[in-house]
Amino acid sequence: MDLKDKLVSSFLAFENNIDVDHPVHDIRSEAIKNFELKGFPNRKEEAWKYTSLNSIQKVDFSIFPKETNALEYKDVKRYFLHEIDTYKIVFIDGVYSSFLSETTHDGVDICLMSAALSKPMYKQIIDVYFNEVASKDESLTTLNTAFSKEGAYIYIPKNKMPKKPIEILHFATGNEAALLLQPRNLIIAEENAELQIIERHQSLTSNEVLTNCVTEIFAAKNAIIDYYKVQNDVKNASLIDNTYISQKSNSVVKVHTFSFGGKLTRNNLNYYQNGEYIDSTMKGVTILGEKQHVDHHTLVHHRQPNCESHQDYKGIYGEKSMGVFNGKIIVDKIAQKTNAFQQNNNILISDKATINTKPQLEIFADDVKCSHGCTIGQLDEEAMFYLQTRGIPKKEAAALLMYAFANNVLASVRIPELKMRINRLIANKLGVQLGFDL
Amino acid sequence: MAYTEEELKKELETKEYEYGFYTDIESDTFPKGLNEDIVIAISKKKEEPEWMTSWRLEAFRAWKEMKEPEWANINYKKPDFQNISYYSAPNKKPKYESLDEVDPELLDTFKKLGISLDEQKKLAGVAVDIVMDSVSVATTFKKTLAEKGIIFCSISEAIKEHSELVKKHLGTVVPQKDNFYAALNSAVFSDGSFCYIPKGVRCPMELSTYFRINQAGTGQFERTLVIADEGSYVSYLEGCTAPSRDENQLHAAVVELIALDNAEIKYSTVQNWFPGDKEGKGGVYNFVTKRGLCEKNAKISWTQVETGSAITWKYPSCILKGDNSIGEFYSIAVTNNYQQADTGTKMIHLGKNTKSTIISKGISAGKSQNSYRGLVQVNSRAKNARNFSQCDSLLMGNDCGAHTFPYIEVKNKTAQIEHEATTSKIGEDQIFYCNQRGIETEKAIALIVNGFSKEVLNKLPMEFAVEAQKLLEISLEGSVG
Repeated sequence: MDLKDKLVSSFLAFENNIDVDHPVHDIRSEAIKNFELKGFPNRKEEAWKYTSLNSIQKVDFSIFPKETNALEYKDVKRYFLHEIDTYKIVFIDGVYSSFLSETTHDGVDICLMSAALSKPMYKQIIDVYFNEVASKDESLTTLNTAFSKEGAYIYIPKNKMPKKPIEILHFATGNEAALLLQPRNLIIAEENAELQIIERHQSLTSNEVLTNCVTEIFAAKNAIIDYYKVQNDVKNASLIDNTYISQKSNSVVKVHTFSFGGKLTRNNLNYYQNGEYIDSTMKGVTILGEKQHVDHHTLVHHRQPNCESHQDYKGIYGEKSMGVFNGKIIVDKIAQKTNAFQQNNNILISDKATINTKPQLEIFADDVKCSHGCTIGQLDEEAMFYLQTRGIPKKEAAALLMYAFANNVLASVRIPELKMRINRLIANKLGVQLGFDL
Repeated sequence: MAYTEEELKKELETKEYEYGFYTDIESDTFPKGLNEDIVIAISKKKEEPEWMTSWRLEAFRAWKEMKEPEWANINYKKPDFQNISYYSAPNKKPKYESLDEVDPELLDTFKKLGISLDEQKKLAGVAVDIVMDSVSVATTFKKTLAEKGIIFCSISEAIKEHSELVKKHLGTVVPQKDNFYAALNSAVFSDGSFCYIPKGVRCPMELSTYFRINQAGTGQFERTLVIADEGSYVSYLEGCTAPSRDENQLHAAVVELIALDNAEIKYSTVQNWFPGDKEGKGGVYNFVTKRGLCEKNAKISWTQVETGSAITWKYPSCILKGDNSIGEFYSIAVTNNYQQADTGTKMIHLGKNTKSTIISKGISAGKSQNSYRGLVQVNSRAKNARNFSQCDSLLMGNDCGAHTFPYIEVKNKTAQIEHEATTSKIGEDQIFYCNQRGIETEKAIALIVNGFSKEVLNKLPMEFAVEAQKLLEISLEGSVG
C-alpha cells in the first residue's frame, strides 16, 4: 500500500481518538478529501519542479507512534537554548512532554494545540483563526490539517509581551522504524503584542523521520513577531515546513531560517499582507553538504498599499548537495507604493553541488519599486590569497569568507545567545574552530 | 477618380493600423484542415524530394500526439488547427530576374510598407528576400552574394538545389518533436529563408527578409535556417508587418541558427504583427521557436524588438556547445491594450569558458500582460561559465502587469551568475523635468522609454534602430493618461 492510501485509510482510525463533534472536525474531513484527490505533489507541478518526494513515499512510515519514550533533560540539553531562560513547548515523537516543557497561562497563553482544540474557553479563538490562513488546496498542508491535533498554541493578548522567548522543540526518538510527524502550530499576536519564537526539529536516531509541519501566524495591528527556525537535523530526517502568515497594518513579522542539516528540507513560507505599512522580512542561511537537499519557497502577497517586504537568502552548497530557491512576489493592483526587495546569493564549493533558483515577480500595480537579484559564484581567489598570506590556513580562510558572506543575515538575529549558537553551528558545519565569534 | 467622403471615412477607419490593408492577389489556397494528405500535398506542391516528405510526415505524426503547452502566462482562445488553410501562394509565380516582371500590385504593397526593391535598398546594401504569404517571390542581390559563395534563397529552393546541406542541418537545432508549435511547423512549413555562409567569408551586407501575412485565414509557417561555416560572419535582419484581420491569425515559425567554429551570427528581429484593436479583438498569435547552436569560439547574438502580436510566445535561445562560445540576447517587448507577451531566452552552457548576456526590457501599458521567462543552465562540465542577466520592467498605467520568471540552474562550482531585475514606473520627476524644458508629456514618455531601451536599441543595425524607435513611439501612443 503506498503512503497516500495508507494515510487516507488511517484517517478513520484517527477519528476514533478525537472528538468528531468539534467544528474543527469538519475542516479535517474537508482537508482529507482534498488530499485524497491531489495526493503527494510530483515534479510535474511547477512548485515541485526541483524537489522530488518519490523516495519519501516509498518509506513505510508509522502514522501513530505506538508508545512514547521519555527523555532525560541532560541528554537533550544541548538542543535547547539553555544559556537563557525560555518558555518551552516540547514534543517527543509527536506527544507533549510536560516534564521537559515550561508553559504558561499567566497573562499570555503558551500551551498546547490539543488543549486549545478541546477546551471550551478557546473555542471562540479557534473558530476565528484555525485553518484561516493555511492553504485549503495545497496537498501537504491539507494532509496536516486532516491530522491536526497537537502542536504549539500561543496567544498573546493586546499590549502584552511574554517575559522570555518561546522554544518549540520536536524530538524523534526512533522507537519506530520510520515515523511521520504532523505538528500543527497556531500563533496569534494581538494589537501591540510582541514575541520571539525559536523552533527546532530534532531526530535522535538514524531511523527515518518525516515531519510535515504547518504553522499559522496572525499578527494584528502593530504586532511584532520574530520567528527563528533552526534546521540542523540528522541525515535521515526530512522536514516539510509550511508557514502561513497573515499580517495587519503596521505589523512586523520576521522569519529567519537556518538550514544546515537533514536529508530533505522544504520550506514553504507564505506572507499575506492584509493591511497598510506592513513589514515582512524573511532571511535565511543555508549551508549544505553530503547529499542534502533544501528547497526554500517563499511567497509574499502584497494586497494593500504602502507595504514593504525584504528577502535575503544566502546559500553555500558543498559535496553533492542541492539547493533550491523560489521566491515569488505578487503585487496586487491596489497595492500601490509597494517596496519589495529580494536577494538570493549562492556559493558553490563543489563540482557535484547544484543550485536551482527562480526569483519570480508578478506585478499588477504601477507605482511600485520591486527588485530582485540573484548571484551564483565562488569564493574570491584574491581574498583567499590575501588571508593566506597573513598566515590563515586555507580552510579557516574559506570559513571566514563564508561567515562574512552570511553575516548580513546573522546580524539581524535579535537574541544574542541564539546568534552565538548559530555561529557555532556554522563553524561545526564548516569543520573549523575560529576561536572567536563574529 | 475623385476622392469621396466615403473613401476618406474608410481611410480613417483603417488608419489605426497603418499597414492594415489587404492585397488582392489571386492566391492558390488549400482547403482548410490538416491531415497526412495535406502534408503530402504541400510537399508535392513544392516539388520536394522524398526525404523531405517523410521528414514532414514524421513531424506531423509526432504533432498529433502532442498537446499545446499551457505553462505560459497567457490567456487566449486556442486556435482550431483544423480550421486553417495550410498553404497559400501568390498565384502568378514565374521566377523574376528584374523588378519589371513582378506583379505591379504586389510592388505597390511593398511600397506602402516602405520596402523599396529599387536603387535605394541597393545603395543601402540590403539584399531582400521577400516572403509574401509563404512563397518567396523576389530575391535581389543574389548574384553579388553568389560571387562570395553565399547561398541566400528561399528554403524551398534550398531543399531542391542544396539538398545535402539542408538535409544535414535541418532539425538539428530544433528537432521536429521539440515542442507543439515546432512540430506543427516542421510538418507544414510553407517557406522561409535559407542562408549559408562559406568558410571564412564575411557577408558584405545585412541580409533581410520581410514577412507578411496576406491571405485571410492562412497560417504562416516560416522556416529559417542560417548556417555560418567556420570563421564566417553574417548579420541577418527580420522584420514583419501584417494586415488587420478580425479573426486571429496563427504564426508558428521556427528559426534555426548554426554557428560553426569561430563563426558569428547576429540575428535581429523587429516584430510588428497586428496586435489587435483597442478592445483586444483580433491580432496575430505568434508562437515562435528560435534557437541557435554555437560551436567552438562561435557567437550568436539575438536582438529583438517585439511590439506587435496579440499573443507572443517566443524564446530565442542559445546552446553554447563549443568551448569559449558566446550567447547574447537583447530584447525589448512592448505590450499595449490587450496584448500579452511571454518572452525570454534560454542560455544552455555546455562548453568550457562559455559566456552569455541577457538584457531584457519589458514595457507594459494599457491592459496588457508582459512576462519575461528565462533559463540559464550551467551543466556540470561547463567550467568557468559566465552569465549576466538583467530584466527591467516598466509599467505604464494601473491595469497592466509585468512578470518575471527567471530560472537559474547551476551544476558547476566555477560558474559565475548574476541576475537582477527591477520593476518600476516612469518617475513623475522625470516627466516634470521634461515638461519644464518644454517637452510635452507624450514626447517625454517616448524619450524616457527610448532611454530605458537604449541598451537594446544600440544593438540593432542602423536602419532598424531608427525604425524600431519609431515603432516604440507608435506602440505606446495614447497610453498616457
